[in-house]
Amino acid sequence: MLRRKDILGIRDLNCEEILHILETAKDMKEKIGNKKAREKSLQNFSVVTLFYENSTRTRMSFALAGEYLGAEVADLGVATSSVNKGESLVDTGITLDQMGIDIMVIRHSMSGAANVLARNVRASVINAGDGVNEHPTQALLDLYTIFEKKKNFKDLKVAIIGDIIHSRVARSNVFGLTKLGAHVVVGGPSTLISKNMEYLGAKVTTDIKEALRDADIVMGLRIQLERQKGGLFPDLREYRGLFGIDEEMLKYAKADALLMHPGPVNRGIELSTEIIDGHQSVINEQVKNGVAVRMALLHLLAEERKRNEDTHSKWTHTRSFIQNRWDQRYTG
Amino acid sequence: MIVAVEEKITTSADKTIDAKGYWVTPGLIDVHVHLREPGYEYKETIKTGSRAAAKGGYTTICCMPNTNPVIDNEILVEYIKMKAEREAIVNVLPIGSITKGQKGEELANIGKMAQAGICAISEDGKSVMNAGLLKKAMKYVSMFNLPVFSHCEDPTLVGGGVMNAGEMAERMGMKGIGADSEEVIVARDIILARNTGVKLHICHISTAGSVQLVREAKQRGEAVSAEVCPHHFSLTDEAVEDYDANTKMNPPLRSAEDVKSLKEGLKDNTIEIIATDHAPHHMDEKNCEYDRAAFGIVGLETALPLGITHLVEENILTPMELIEKMSTNPAKLLGIDKGSLQVGKIADITIIDPDEEYAIDVNTFASKSKNSPFHGHWVKGRVKYTIVGGKIVLNNGELV
Ligand SMILES: [Zn+2]
Repeated sequence: MLRRKDILGIRDLNCEEILHILETAKDMKEKIGNKKAREKSLQNFSVVTLFYENSTRTRMSFALAGEYLGAEVADLGVATSSVNKGESLVDTGITLDQMGIDIMVIRHSMSGAANVLARNVRASVINAGDGVNEHPTQALLDLYTIFEKKKNFKDLKVAIIGDIIHSRVARSNVFGLTKLGAHVVVGGPSTLISKNMEYLGAKVTTDIKEALRDADIVMGLRIQLERQKGGLFPDLREYRGLFGIDEEMLKYAKADALLMHPGPVNRGIELSTEIIDGHQSVINEQVKNGVAVRMALLHLLAEERKRNEDTHSKWTHTRSFIQNRWDQRYTG
Repeated sequence: MIVAVEEKITTSADKTIDAKGYWVTPGLIDVHVHLREPGYEYKETIKTGSRAAAKGGYTTICCMPNTNPVIDNEILVEYIKMKAEREAIVNVLPIGSITKGQKGEELANIGKMAQAGICAISEDGKSVMNAGLLKKAMKYVSMFNLPVFSHCEDPTLVGGGVMNAGEMAERMGMKGIGADSEEVIVARDIILARNTGVKLHICHISTAGSVQLVREAKQRGEAVSAEVCPHHFSLTDEAVEDYDANTKMNPPLRSAEDVKSLKEGLKDNTIEIIATDHAPHHMDEKNCEYDRAAFGIVGLETALPLGITHLVEENILTPMELIEKMSTNPAKLLGIDKGSLQVGKIADITIIDPDEEYAIDVNTFASKSKNSPFHGHWVKGRVKYTIVGGKIVLNNGELV
């Protein structure tokens, strides 16, 4: 049981909730390949994906997860919808709410956008990435992948390498991993990393070898080519030479370390092709686990909505959120 | 007019108010209000803003010129005065802009506006980034004996920030506004104001560094004053939790250390004025993505209870000191004959029940806008009567 209306960030979740989601994902994963075993727990539920930023992979993953559980899944093509005519996020949310959507999956370029949507709609909201804030479902699938292989988080050393400052994936992972007892070190060039990350409980370094030393998990992040134009590093050749991870670098980590990456990966830049396809890599598993984790979240939210059917009115937000902000907060 | 202040007044009166247990104070004066008229009447008007002021115990408010059009010439000053005379229930003193259209390029009609009756000049909403131009404006305005109200913010250092830089911004995943963007301009304006003969007033200071800069300038004997807004001493950036844009204002809510320094500054009188920076915005401008939301909150109807709750109750200020900062000192800054209850003074009076406890409810606001982070916030102290020029405009908590 997950007593929440929405999944907005790992910051809000406690250990028990995270572990419960991971356990549920384990069940779901077993069912992915077995059509008969699939529970249609989302029958008569409608899910809409609302992507203000492009991402085929995350959107597809949600769509499949919904369909495997028997939900009706629709995508609001943001580029072609009334959003393009200047409709506000809140108005779009209210409109979808009126259509009876049960779960909204949102990706947006501004931090906190999912929170704003969530408090204005009756539907459950899942954050699929907001600005530079959080990407909770990516972190949960990363956690699941680690959990499956390592069984435990306590005292694991996790090195996250790359463009930390612009990475909601890194942030959500730091929130989750530190809650579960792992030690996180983030490493990257000083222009792509901030000391402030220490507030979240991570160690910050620009020395990649130091970050990788004896790590149980190595997580590479995608380097975005446009950062070069912003003057944050000179060019890809230099980035690769100083911060790219190859077989030699990976040796600093433990022999049984897992190599992860949220994708899509720039082969030969942040990670070398040899290690992407090497025996330590779990990058392909991450993709598969992504569907399982999203199935788990949809399942848990749907379960909670069914449980609260009689109290649904509690979630009926009107436009006057300011007046009602205190009493309308979901109280469980 | 105030006829007598005595223990036993024998002459009969048309109306008596039983103010037992209440504070009877000179009418409150707010030197920093955005009335939004002309141009943004959907947020607030001179009429509704003045009613909010009366509810908050204010008998005089100064309105900032960043309207549309900007108040940069005498005709617009006359317009505000005329509207205020017709519709406002408290005194409204217009503030003129420093540059035409607040574009930072050429001086506004400061002299003509002075003749028309502005009480100060200000570019509020931004700083005049051309230091040479600001210095000339300071020299020019000194001959009319008007103060310069300085909003201190270097936009090149703000860089798209929406809340205080620091731990909380890191937790929330939002861009921060550092203390430096405010402090470099506070320092600059203090330096520029020297030897110009102008009275420099620093608006809404929010950081420990700004308090120190003002403190040092005062120690050197320079003509500098500063105001703080109630939200800056009542809340920290922790309030931004939940991405509620009612916590978004400029300058932003700061850290606990900054709040502590502001309180020290209030206590040692580095900060001699409390002003609201009442900044009404429509709900649509607040119920949206935090990055996209407008900066600013309403403040007229919450200032006094916040002062009592967070300053008097916490023994930072005595009741007398609080009222000095909300009435006497603002009157001195403006050079107006108000802020006193002496016999012969105009009867601008506020009567306050300092003991009433309640949760602030934005639905009771007289302001057109309800953008306040204090909805549900427990406070002590309620304004019962507001008397403007002998006329009761707030009667036992109800607008007349
Ligand atoms: Zn200002």
